Amino acid sequence: MSKTDVLIKELVTKYGKNRNSLMPVLQGVVQSEKCLSEETLISIARELELSAAEVYGTASFYTFLDTVPRGKNIIRICKTITCHMKGKDEIILALENMLRIKVGETTHDKKFTLLTANCLGWCHKGPVMLVNNEVFPEINVQKSIEIIEKFSKETA
Amino acid sequence: MENKTLKKIDLIFAGYTSTKYKVLEKTFQKTPDEIINEVLDSGLKGRGGAGFPTGLKWKFTKNQESDVKYVVCNADEGEPGTFKDREILERVPRKVFSGMAICGRAIGAKEGYLYLRGEYTYLVPSLLKEIEIFEEYSKQYNYGFKIFIRLGSGAYICGEESALFESMEGKRGEPRNKPPYPTVSGYNSKPTVINNVETFATVQVICKIGAQEYKKLGTTDSRGSKLFSVSGDTPIAGIHELELGMPLQEFVDEFGDGDTKAVQVGGASGHCVPRKQFNQTVIGFEGIPTGGSMMVFNSSRSMYNVLHDYLEFFTEESCGQCTPCRVGCQQLLKGIEAVKRGERPPSYLEDLKRLAQTMKIAAKCGLGQSVANPFNSIIDNFREEIIY
Ligand SMILES: Cc1cc2nc3c(=O)[nH]c(=O)nc-3n(C[C@H](O)[C@H](O)[C@H](O)COP(=O)(O)O)c2cc1C
Ligand code: SF4
Ligand code: FES
Repeated sequence: MSKTDVLIKELVTKYGKNRNSLMPVLQGVVQSEKCLSEETLISIARELELSAAEVYGTASFYTFLDTVPRGKNIIRICKTITCHMKGKDEIILALENMLRIKVGETTHDKKFTLLTANCLGWCHKGPVMLVNNEVFPEINVQKSIEIIEKFSKETA
Repeated sequence: MENKTLKKIDLIFAGYTSTKYKVLEKTFQKTPDEIINEVLDSGLKGRGGAGFPTGLKWKFTKNQESDVKYVVCNADEGEPGTFKDREILERVPRKVFSGMAICGRAIGAKEGYLYLRGEYTYLVPSLLKEIEIFEEYSKQYNYGFKIFIRLGSGAYICGEESALFESMEGKRGEPRNKPPYPTVSGYNSKPTVINNVETFATVQVICKIGAQEYKKLGTTDSRGSKLFSVSGDTPIAGIHELELGMPLQEFVDEFGDGDTKAVQVGGASGHCVPRKQFNQTVIGFEGIPTGGSMMVFNSSRSMYNVLHDYLEFFTEESCGQCTPCRVGCQQLLKGIEAVKRGERPPSYLEDLKRLAQTMKIAAKCGLGQSVANPFNSIIDNFREEIIY
């Protein structure tokens, strides 16, 4: 059994073998694998006794449930109005230059995927970004680069 | 109309007492009907935006015959410009869980769910710790109420109550037809009370100080105080608890930077109020209701950019289930771009306003229905900025 299949079994045991567990199971897999491959979705469907189409239908609806491969770290920069006013464009530009990718892309070494997001709930301290599940409010170009450098060092 | 002045209040974040969950002990000496009457009497209306009377929602759910009922706390907080629920969950989660437990007792539910937006995943460890404290307490007093956390995954529409239930049931976050309302058929098609984070926290406050005391604040239509998430061109961005019913002018005097041109009240799906209307606009259910988002714009801002941002937001976040909203959002966005580029005459804006009005009637849920709020209020008040 693959590592992913073991994880799926664990998650299903934890949350219960029913449709209501689908979101927590999908989220648990994305948390560790960063992406839901076709095989993974089929395994989840089998384990929860749902059709693969139902599982795919749900997964494809949610922005955070990626069905395309992503980097080990996912950067999400808020692009909504107040962060826009506080300078999110410069930060996006700086990180695009630093990582040599455009928004939506993943670096060659698979360390980072750069994305934008809608309001992250820190508008009074914009601009703000999420790296994986960690939040970084009140960033500027300098700070955002330092944060990503730190993640880069910590990622093997 | 009652004239209120701007008044800062400190109830929601006021400190915990040393005894954990003390309010429950006191409240649970009452019967479910007495609890519901207290909440009804306080005049509390939902703090998530729509403003349905909380006590009434509880009463309807209590009156449903069902062996299983649920309490759901809506912590999906995705409305642009809103960040108060996160702060409540960070600083006073005990009040939220108290409110949920009180609701459970009142309606006869044994399970409560907190639906937390995926963007707030970092709150989970501290919330789980608080749930442990709650459950110890709950066991000790034999309350038999359990609280679980469910996470969202980056979809604004899941804040809409029926989409939220769909999501909890492992489905796409597509809003359901209404009726039936959640009080009759919510999570797992069982009678469900769904309230905003701040609503539950406020219930705790009401049970602590009493409805009589609470309703001294605010106006007949808008009892009490609420949290405002203030952002944009303001020197004091942040969360401020204010008495309801104040004129917007006083808010601007307090929070503006001296050059305020407009305030977007209620987030992207709310209304844009221009300077000339500050004086006659009341913040409350008798005027412009708000889930708390107050975005302040000064005269250096282009209202075209603001509207463009909002329309992009709706276009991305529309669940795509119904045509008026899916196609309407795209057409409004393309439409103002075309007018800006001069490819369409300014009179085209009238056609677009009619489209927004149609969406208000024909869209299936609050997302599509409310696009007309920002659209028409910005076009009407800042027409030149949209055209030139
Ligand atoms: C598109 C859309 C998004 C919504 N998002 C939220 C939200 O993030 N949080 C919230 O409490 N209510 C949200 N609501 C309102 C809920 O549907 C529901 O009315 C609310 O949770 C009821 O709680 P309340 O009565 O305590 O305000 C949203 C509604 C719509 C139409
Ligand atoms: S109005 Fe928009 S968000 Fe609501 S159901 Fe229709 S398409 Fe979905
Ligand atoms: S607008 Fe960026 S966090 Fe709200």
